Amino acid sequence: MDIRWDLLAEYAPFFVKGTLLTIGLSVCSILLGTIFGLFIGLGKMAQNKLISLPFNIYITFFRGTPLLVQILLVHFGLVPLIWGETNGILAAIIALSLNSAAYVAEIFRAGIQSIDKGQMEAARSLGMNHVQAMRYVILPQAFKRMIPPLGNEFIVLIKDSSLAAIIAAKELMYWGQAMQGQYYRVWEPYLTAALIYLVLTFSLSLLLSRLERRLAVQ
Amino acid sequence: MIEVKNLKKTFGNNEVLKDISVTINPQEVVVVIGPSGSGKSTFLRCLNLLETINGGHVWIEGKDITDKNTDINKIRTEVGMVFQQFNLFPHKKVIENIMLAPVKVRKVSPEKAREKGLELLRKVGLADKAEAYPDSLSGGQKQRVAIARALAMEPKIMLFDEPTSALDPEMVGEVLEVMKQLAKEGMTMVVVTHEMGFAKEVGDRVLFMDGGVIVEEGNPKEIFENPQEERTKAFLSKVL
Repeated sequence: MDIRWDLLAEYAPFFVKGTLLTIGLSVCSILLGTIFGLFIGLGKMAQNKLISLPFNIYITFFRGTPLLVQILLVHFGLVPLIWGETNGILAAIIALSLNSAAYVAEIFRAGIQSIDKGQMEAARSLGMNHVQAMRYVILPQAFKRMIPPLGNEFIVLIKDSSLAAIIAAKELMYWGQAMQGQYYRVWEPYLTAALIYLVLTFSLSLLLSRLERRLAVQ
Repeated sequence: MIEVKNLKKTFGNNEVLKDISVTINPQEVVVVIGPSGSGKSTFLRCLNLLETINGGHVWIEGKDITDKNTDINKIRTEVGMVFQQFNLFPHKKVIENIMLAPVKVRKVSPEKAREKGLELLRKVGLADKAEAYPDSLSGGQKQRVAIARALAMEPKIMLFDEPTSALDPEMVGEVLEVMKQLAKEGMTMVVVTHEMGFAKEVGDRVLFMDGGVIVEEGNPKEIFENPQEERTKAFLSKVL
């Protein structure tokens, strides 16, 4: 197994470009997925069964079907349906956001429901309305508990963004495959891609554990 | 003043409160005793609608809280509650626990709320713990903070739901002491407790509940020294 460093040097600019797009895809999808997930999670917690039903179906669908299938559906189905033509980057962001929203929704719900019900009762007994009790008492505590599972979800999302390669979004894995296709080399492109993903996910988990520690001090 | 008329509460098919009627006068200290499962905690929790009421009426300071048009949040600001499990907010310092509701609900300025909070902490003997987090306090201290937190809303009525039941025995006294002081100052109080000593010493009236009804009521002397009902006698013979 001899490594062709010259080929790697040639492809380095593409890997840099790909990495930047991977980071961009992940950041957009994490932000959109989290916001959308909070909304879905709230919907699922609605007392009224008729209101919570569509949110339940959403979560069941996106957790129960492969992300690859969802990406293809969005790329070849949803995006052309709305904009007339498709776009790999847009389709990847939409599919990743919709998928991670389902997981974030469950993390959000579990976080809130893990707070002892005495907290809500104490807040309400002091005259706070439901929104105030949520905002000042329940959510700050729930948020702390949501950080570790949310971190996991973000790491999964960074790795899953590699699936966007198959719809020709020119992210990291796309350039890895391109290099493999051009030179018939296996180790150089795929090990490089693996290493870059590792650096991305490892930095994120370092960042999150630091945040967690800082909140734990209080 | 609290007026309860034909109060009913069910959990599924289980009738927990059957037709309770009682009036609690201003400045009165009413102690509710009874075996576990008798409905005494549920009764207390109905008085500020922490439990939904299935029948009958409850008037707090003349307002019917079972009426859909009554603003329950407004009523609750006038009815303080102290829980068995304290339920302090663990992410906030002691003083912040006390200031939160006055600032957010009553719209008191943070400076005023802090001043008032420190005064209340002095009253319950915990002025030095203002900047501590609840987790660093003992059970007795937590409960005294919880009392101060409820008092910060300047309620007209205080409800106590077994306030000393989760405490180590050596900490019961310090909490009861604060409650006695409160009673002396003329606070209207409804206290669910197993502390018969407190009931005798501080209670103006004792309600004995069993099976979802008030079996017997009277002043502490009558109830403890000369109970009329068989069930009261049986219960007291076990706990005294």
